[in-house]
Parts: sequence; C-alpha cells; structure tokens
Amino acid sequence: MSGAAPPRLSAQLPILAVRNLTTAFRVDDQWITVVKGISFEIGQRETVAIVGESGSGKSVTALSIMGLLPAANSRVSGEILLDGRDLLKLSENRMRHVRGNLISMIFQEPMTSLNPVLTLGFQIAEALIYHRGLDRAQAEAETLRILERVRIPSAASRLHEYPHRLSGGMRQRVMIAMALACKPKLLIADEPTTALDVTIQAEILELIKLLQDEEGMSVAFITHDMGVVAEIADRTVVMLNGNAVEQAPTAELFASPREPYTRALLAAVPRLGSMKGRPAPQRFAIVDPVTGAVEVVPDAGSTAAVTQRPVLEVAHLVTRFDIRSGVLSRVSARVHAVEDISFSLHAGETLALVGESGCGKSTTGRSILRLVEPVSGTVVFEGQDVRALDRAGLRAARRRMQMIFQDPFASLNPRKTVGGAIAEPMIVHGLLSRSAAHARVSELLRRVGLSPDMASRFPHEFSGGQRQRLCIARALALAPRLLVADEAVSALDVSIKAQVINLMMDLQADMGLAYLFISHDIAVVERVSHRIAVMYLGEIVEIGPRAAIMENPQHPYTKRLMAAVPVPEAGRRRLRRGLSTTEIPSPVHDTSYVPKPRLYRELGQGHVVQAFDANA
Amino acid sequence: MSAAGPSRGALRVAAPSPFAYFASATLKAFNTNKTSWIGLAVFLIVVAAAILAPVLAPFDPNDQNILEKLRAPTFEHWLGTDSFGRDTLSRLLYGARISLIIGVVSTFAAMVIGTAIGMLAGWHGGRLDTVTMQAMDVLLAFPSLILGLILVAMLGPSMVNIIIAIALTSIPPFARIARAPTIAVKEREFVDAGRALGYSDTRLLIVHILPNILPEVLVMGSLWLANAIRTEASLAFVGLGVKPPTATWGGMIREGFENILDSYWLALVPGVAILIVIFALNLLGDGLRDAIDPKLKGEA
Amino acid sequence: MTTFLVRRLAFACVTLFATLTLVFVLVRIVPGDPAQLILGDQASREAIDALRQRLGLDLPLFKQYTVFLLGALRGDWGVSMVSGQPVIGEVLRVLPWTIELTVLSLVIGILLGVPAGVYAAIHRNRFVDYAVRISSLLGLSFPPFVSAIILLLVFAIALPWFPVISARSGSVAAWYQSIALPAISLGLISAAYVTRVTRSAMLEVLSEDYVRTARAKGVPWNVVIWRHALRNALIPIITVVGLYLGILIGNSVLTEIVFSRPGLGKLLIGALNQRDYPMLQGMMVIYTLIVVLVNLLTDLSYGFVDPRVKLK
Repeated sequence: MSGAAPPRLSAQLPILAVRNLTTAFRVDDQWITVVKGISFEIGQRETVAIVGESGSGKSVTALSIMGLLPAANSRVSGEILLDGRDLLKLSENRMRHVRGNLISMIFQEPMTSLNPVLTLGFQIAEALIYHRGLDRAQAEAETLRILERVRIPSAASRLHEYPHRLSGGMRQRVMIAMALACKPKLLIADEPTTALDVTIQAEILELIKLLQDEEGMSVAFITHDMGVVAEIADRTVVMLNGNAVEQAPTAELFASPREPYTRALLAAVPRLGSMKGRPAPQRFAIVDPVTGAVEVVPDAGSTAAVTQRPVLEVAHLVTRFDIRSGVLSRVSARVHAVEDISFSLHAGETLALVGESGCGKSTTGRSILRLVEPVSGTVVFEGQDVRALDRAGLRAARRRMQMIFQDPFASLNPRKTVGGAIAEPMIVHGLLSRSAAHARVSELLRRVGLSPDMASRFPHEFSGGQRQRLCIARALALAPRLLVADEAVSALDVSIKAQVINLMMDLQADMGLAYLFISHDIAVVERVSHRIAVMYLGEIVEIGPRAAIMENPQHPYTKRLMAAVPVPEAGRRRLRRGLSTTEIPSPVHDTSYVPKPRLYRELGQGHVVQAFDANA
Repeated sequence: MSAAGPSRGALRVAAPSPFAYFASATLKAFNTNKTSWIGLAVFLIVVAAAILAPVLAPFDPNDQNILEKLRAPTFEHWLGTDSFGRDTLSRLLYGARISLIIGVVSTFAAMVIGTAIGMLAGWHGGRLDTVTMQAMDVLLAFPSLILGLILVAMLGPSMVNIIIAIALTSIPPFARIARAPTIAVKEREFVDAGRALGYSDTRLLIVHILPNILPEVLVMGSLWLANAIRTEASLAFVGLGVKPPTATWGGMIREGFENILDSYWLALVPGVAILIVIFALNLLGDGLRDAIDPKLKGEA
Repeated sequence: MTTFLVRRLAFACVTLFATLTLVFVLVRIVPGDPAQLILGDQASREAIDALRQRLGLDLPLFKQYTVFLLGALRGDWGVSMVSGQPVIGEVLRVLPWTIELTVLSLVIGILLGVPAGVYAAIHRNRFVDYAVRISSLLGLSFPPFVSAIILLLVFAIALPWFPVISARSGSVAAWYQSIALPAISLGLISAAYVTRVTRSAMLEVLSEDYVRTARAKGVPWNVVIWRHALRNALIPIITVVGLYLGILIGNSVLTEIVFSRPGLGKLLIGALNQRDYPMLQGMMVIYTLIVVLVNLLTDLSYGFVDPRVKLK
C-alpha cells in the first residue's frame, strides 16, 4: 500500500485530492467496507486511470466522489478536495451544483444511460439550463455546438431525436456531450468503452483525449483493460479489494511494477504482438497475487493433429433470420447473419473466429450445433453431415460437440445443484447409472480444478470463474471432440481469464479437443489459437495461421481491427489518426437482396483473403 | 456491470442439502416482509375455523327459529340472528367452507391450466404465441366479473359450475404471468446449454424452466385466491351463488342488505369476514412478491 | 404516426370481430334448450317452438351467426323479452349513468393514487412507504359491495348526509348527492390499484441508469422525479389502468345494486334473473364494444407517451 503521495506532474495544486476515502454499505443490517481508506490525486490536465478487477471498489470510488450513493445505506468518510474544497462537507444542494458542472461522469452502458422519452437535445441542454441559467433558445444553440464537437453527423437533426435511434457508440458520444456541456474541470469515465466494439472504442478514446486537450480538463478513467490504461493514462492507480495497492506514472508501472498483485495483473494481460516468433499457442504465466511467485508451465508444442482428417468441415454455410412485421406477420426483411462460411478444424486445434458485434461469429457457432437452423451449406462433423441428421441422430451427434457460453451466471440452472447439472447429460443420454454418474462428476470436478465436495452446492455460491469451470466440466461429461467457446472468457476478470484459458489449453493437450474459439478480444485470441478467421458482416474476410494474420494482415478490415486494439505497453501510444465516425453497417436487408458472390485469394500455407477493392 | 455494492467473493458456506436450501429460501422469502407472516397466520386461522366448523358452530346453520329472528348480538347468539332466526356465527363458519373450497379449487385448476398454456406459448413463440396471447388479452380485458356472472347464469348456479366459471376467468392472468418469465428464462444460456446437450423440449420445460418460474406463479396463485374468493362472494351477492339455504358469505350479505336499515350487522359481519380473508391473502402474496422481485426491495 | 393509428384501428376491428364471435359461441354452448330454460319445465311444446322461432333459434347455426353479427354492427340487437322495447334503446338509456360513475371513479383513483404512489416510491422502506403500502393493500382487498355497504351505513343511514337511493333529480347538487357515495366507494378501491402500480413502476424506473445520469448532471431531485422518472413510469401505469377498467366496470355492477343506481349493472342483473335472452346478448355486445374501445384508447395513449412506439 503506498502511503506517500505520488509525485505531481506540475507545480500547480491538484484538481482533485482524495485523502483516506472510506466507503461502507449496509447490507442486511451489517456495514461492509468497500473502499478502505484510499488516497490519490489528479492534477491539472492529467489523466489518471483507476484500474482493478470486479469487486475492487473502483466504481464505488467514483460514485463516492460524485455523491451518488444512496444516502440511506451508505457511509462515506475522508476528504475529497476539489480545488481545495471538501466535497464531503457540502450540503446536497451545493453538491448538486458541483455535479455536471465542475465534475461530470459518464457511465458504462450507453444503451440504458439515456432517457428514452426525452429528446437528445433536451437532455444535453438540461445541464446548461440548470447550471448556466441559459434559456431554451440559447441552450439549444450551445447544444448544437457541443454535438458538433463530439463529431456526431447531422447534429442539427439529432437535436429532436430520441435515443433509441442511435447506436451504442453514438449514444456514448451524446453522453460525453452531456458531460462536457458545462466545461467541467474533471471528467470521471466509468468503463465508458467496455460495452463497445473495439473499433468504436478506439474512436471514443480518441475523442476523449482530443476534448481533454481542447478543454484543458482532467480525466479519471476507470477500467479493467490494461491496454486502454497504457493508451491514455498519465498515471495509474491499481485497486484490489478496496485498497489502492500501487500508484505510479503509467510507464513506470508497466516497466517495473512493485507490488505482487500488480505483477500478477500484468502477467495475466495478453499483449498484442507478444507472440511473434512463437509457433504454438502459449499458456499464461501465473503470478501469485500475494507472494509474487511466478509459475510457468512449459509448452509441449503444438497439439494440432493436422495430418488426420479434420474433425469439422464447414462448407458454404448460410444462416439467415426472418424479420416479420405487419398485421399478417409477413417477412419484411432478413438478417444475413452468416453468408457462405467455409473452414475446417482438426483435432487438438484451436480456430478463432474474431470480429465485432453483428459479424455473425456467434451465429456461426450456433449454426454448427444446429441451435439455430442454417439455410444452406454443409457441416460435416466426424464424417457425418450434421444438417442431414434426424432428431435421434442429432441427439447422438450433440454428445460429441458442445458449447460454452459467455455469461457464467446464466449458464447454470440456479435451481439445480452443480453436481446434478454435470451429471444430467450422462443420465439423460443413458450413458451411466446414477451412482456411476456421480463418481464421474467427482472426477470431472477434479479435472477442472475444483473439489468434488462442491457437487451438492448451488451455482449462486460460486464465483464467475468457478462457474465457467463448472460449465466446462458439464460440457466434458459426454467426452466431446469439439468445443465451441462462444465468448467463454469475455465476462471474466483478467486474472481469472488467464487461469481458465490455461485450463482449456491443458484439456486440449490431454484430450485432443478441437476448439472453435469465438471472441472479440484479439489479444487473447493471439495467445490461444493456431489459426484465426476474421469475420465481417457474416463473411470470413481473412483466414489463416495465427502468425500470418497477426503479422501480415491483408484485408483492410483486418488491418483496421488490429490497429484499433489497445496495447498494454506504456510508451506505445499510437499516433493519432483523424477522428472518424464509422458505424458498422447493418446485416439486415430486404427480401429481394441477393448477396454478391465473393472471390478469395490464396496466399499460401492456408492463408486466404477475400478479394477486396483496393480503392474502396 | 458497475455494482454499487459489496462484491461476491469466493465460495461461501453451503447448505447441507437441496431440500434444506429450498426450505431456507422460503423462510427468507417470508422474512423479507414480516407482514406476510401475519397474512399467513390469519389465513390459516380462517382455514382451521372452516375445517372445524361442525365442532365450533354453536347451532346448525340451517336451523330456523322464527321466534328468535333478527336479534342483535346477544350472549346466546354472539353475532345475532338473521330474518329466519338462524344463528349468524354458525352460518359464518359454514360459509367459510364454501368460499374456501370454491376459491382454492378454482384457483388451483386455473393455475395448472393457465401456467401450462403460458409456458407453451412462451416456449414456442411465433404464431402460436401471438395468437394465444391475443386471445388471452381479449379475455383479460373483458370484465371478469361480468363474464363470470354470465357463465354461471348460463350453466346454472351450482358449486361445480361456479368453480368452472371462476376457473375459466382466472386462466388468462395465469397464462400471462407464466409466459413472461418463461421467455426470460428461455433466453438464458443454461437452456441453450441443455439443448446443446441433447435434452428434449419437454425435459427443458419441466425440469429446467418450470422450477425457475414457480415463485412468480405461486405468488400469483395466492393473490388470485383472494380474487377468487371475492368473485364467489360477488356472485352470491348478486343471487348467483350456491343456492340457499346453504350458507354463503355473499348470500348472507344479500339477505342482510334487505334488512340493512334495522339489522345492519347482518350485512356488516360477513362483509368484514370477507375483507379479512382477502386482506390476509393479499398480505401474504404481496409480501412474497417483494421477496422474489429484488428491485422492489430497494436493491439496484 | 398515421400508420400506427391505422394499424391499431385495424387490430381493434379484428378484436371486435373475434370477441363478438366468442359471445355468440358462449351464449350457445349452454347445455339444454334456451327456450325451454326461459319458459320453464311446465311449458308446452307449442309455446317452446313459438319462442324458438321468435328468437330465431330454429335457423341453421351459420345463419344465426350472420344475423347476430350484422345486427350487432347495425344496432339491431333484438327486442327485450321483458319490456318489449328494443334492447339497444334500453342499453343506451342507462349507459350514461355507468359511464359517469366509471369515469369519475377512475379520475378519483388517479388523482389520489399517482401522487401517493410516487411519494411512497421516493420514501422507499420508510414509514410513509409502509403506511401507503398497507393502506393500498387494504383498499383493494375490499369487495366493492362491502365498501359500498359500509359507506352506505355510515354516510346515508347513520349520518343522513346522502340519500340511500341514488338517482339524480335535476340540479347539480342533486347530481352530486347521488353520485358522491358510489364514486367514492369505487374511487378508493381504484386509488388503491393505481397507488400500487405507480409505486412499483416508479421504483423500477428510479433504479434505471438514466436516472443516475440525470442526477450526475446535477438536475434537481424533484425534476428528476417528475420529468425524468414519472414520464417513463407512465407506460406501465397506462397498461395497468387500461386493464383495470375492465375490473372497474365489473365492480360498478355491484355498486349500482347497493346504491340502487340505474346503470348497465342493474340491467344485466335483471336480464340474468329474468332470463331475458336477447337482452343478455345485447349486454355482452355493449361490454365488448366498451372493452375494445378502452383497448384502443390505451394503445393510442402509448403513442403519445412513448416515442419508441410512434416511429415503428
């Protein structure tokens, strides 16, 4: 725990000085301390990142500063000095004048953070009306200016629109406009880009940086993404369980972290480009967060059985969803979720499907398992055409191909014991008797690193990472050959993510499992996959060995995707590109649309690129 | 998700067995809103009184005694007598039986049928769902009391017919209340995981979805029971209840209404009795509903 | 906006059609011969046949259906067997009484219920909240005839402030005298429902992200409640109030009996007791029309309150 105040960037007084901030909540008549006496400062024009995993108290810190915690159940003590004035001593009325005016905050979920029944123009103008005393006309004029500064296209027409017309990235821009309307001295950003696609995230981060320069304001940026931290933060505060375990200038933190937890955190973060020169996927080195001891499991070489027949062969897969509207529910449009996808997968191999939201990667995984029915194409699994199977055949085939889902909290039936959930597939398929199944459950639990006596417990008693292990155990119950991991680690904390990935790689080495690893996190994908396929609007635009895709991307979308990923290495801040406001086009087309046939170029060693117009 | 609250840490101490877990969950639900205990207690008292009516009632409820007619409450007749000289207290106790039997049976039948319809509609979605729910919506909007009145009038006022009529008008709300959580649970990934593991639709519905929507259905059941009892009393008040001389609360009010200027207690006592039972059930159901809906409790 | 209107109207017509069909089926699935039921067991064969012919029951089922449907839409709802007058005339005569009672009760309910619900939601889990919750629960536990009887006993019999029999006689004062108790009786129950739905809708809305955003902007708390929160809460409130109107119409039947007020309720009870077959059919048609109209109004008001609906 660092006790001394960290060195300041300038000789001026810090904009925000937090001293010994302690926040406690009352839960069921007990007071639980969530933030335990932390101290830090934010200087003028400085960006400070507050970093931590879930439960570290970083969001609560922000809400404590803003005074947005429910007064009935929370207690905040310490000092929060804004320009020398202690915010905790202010009455609620005075604090209200600080909010949105001297300190502004933007939140994580842009889709729900705007009021659906009020116009955008009004929601932005409101801050001006209340804090600056402008009348409606003046406020509207100023709002227009702000909207243009956050680079929202056709700002004038947006004034009278409602939020539901905008995408997530656009809504976040509106949130930023709202926050900056009164030119605050400090902007607190609570995970503002976590819910956005990586290309949109890059744009929003650029925007924040640009506005910070133009306005001369300070930014407190809360995040769990070390890449983002390296991109934008001058200094970093690392939080764990309510304590500020380390704070330092960002470059120093990344180069030589002092605390064991910081080192554990950084070790668990995959860095884009760090796999150069390594042929096979690599496990994460696990650093013990308490002792700092490092544990590295040596690689056993590539597990991919490329010489044998592929376990999965997908050819020209097409999946579309009908959109019905009107009184008679006629089909008015279709979502072209998956268009003409082809790839193959060998035993022991990991093929990653990467892309942004709406690209169809999730639908591809579900189509292979026939959780959604494809329109055309073939899916050959272990020599059988899965699409041609009848119900009984499909049931049998499903034993050998399984799926792990994104949300560990929703993936288990809350009303069933975990032992029951893991045993259920074996009992339902009549593979084992109840007693034999329970023995196997113990074995599976051990296999995924949990203890057998956990079998009689319920899902809510486990953490996210443990639940994901339970889901893996359940998927393994039927001894599958193929595992589709649909954003299986995306919802997990950084360090837990690393552990679960290591588990998956161990299982692959032991059992020769083939993984279809669906993810939007390219840095993680770089570490775990043998091959990568990049998807865009339902099509594979590029596919090939990992090294080829990462080091020699050909398709412009692939390049844009790689360029947008924040790299967790200080001193590697990207050059500023011009701000753009690209929206990801929609895969919805009307019923008369016929997709253009695509041509592909082969670049050798299985690296295939979709032909593109170099001038487009 | 930015949670403004303490985090979930690692493993906590577990319950010894699934049964103990459900028992403690139910206890916790009751304890969330202490008034639900009061509701349960009062309701159970009424049930006990109804069951023990032959033992507790001082007189035969149909025993007419013209000499004693229209007496105010006395030591002999604690709640007075009606226009035929029958003891009000005894009629009250026996009337409780009618109300409870009709209420419980009709609500239970509606719960089972309505939940099945709602679950199937929610599960299959598409045309089946749309058509079924339009039909349910139409029935829901129609004044259920009017519908019940007409049904009973058509079929004839017997206990069975009243049960059928009330059950029929109770099915749409149960279908509604079962459908929404079915759709929500259907989207959760453990259902997809089940499909990927090869479980049949039936298995998924009964073993996986039903236990997860049961709390909402049961809460609705207790609230609707209150409604069923009120409907039965309304039917009896209008003259379409179980035929006299059988004692029903609504019928007692009807008869009491004719003498309201002089013997006001005849209408008032059964009225208060109905009110107490309905209020108790509402306390119970409402308290339980608070327990299963975290937002209403005041958590984020 | 016009496409939305047109679609809602079309849908309302479909619902009307479906419900009328349901009415038709309902009235005819009764076991036994309706004519016999009306005339009783002692009636002669000829009397029964004559009645059947008069009621049009001897026609094939499909013809009966078309006659019924066309008649319902044209306003020819048959002739009452008891009074000999056209059914539609009788219905229209008493309809205003029921409408004024229903509307007034609903207005009382909303004027009392919305502020109470908002107030309870703001002071969640404090004493005020508990008091409002318990009293609203008590309010809606009252069977309408019980609350009516109690009001009658207290304010018309014990304290002769209001007449026992409520029928207007010309002046505003008389109108007020005759409608006050019935409207209060129903209005308090309505207020209980509205309070509850307002409270739960407000609680739901107050926990939404956009309320947190408004507070973070420094918007005054009362503006957050009334402009940011309540407008969103109106959507579920309108839904429930629309559904509640059905219950309210049913309750008005009971209230009309207790206060001896003319209205649809009394007409219905009379028809039921005297087995006035055409009148019953006509009653169901009018109830159907009311329900469809209420649904349509509810749908249209969504269009005013929720911008997401307008642009569909």
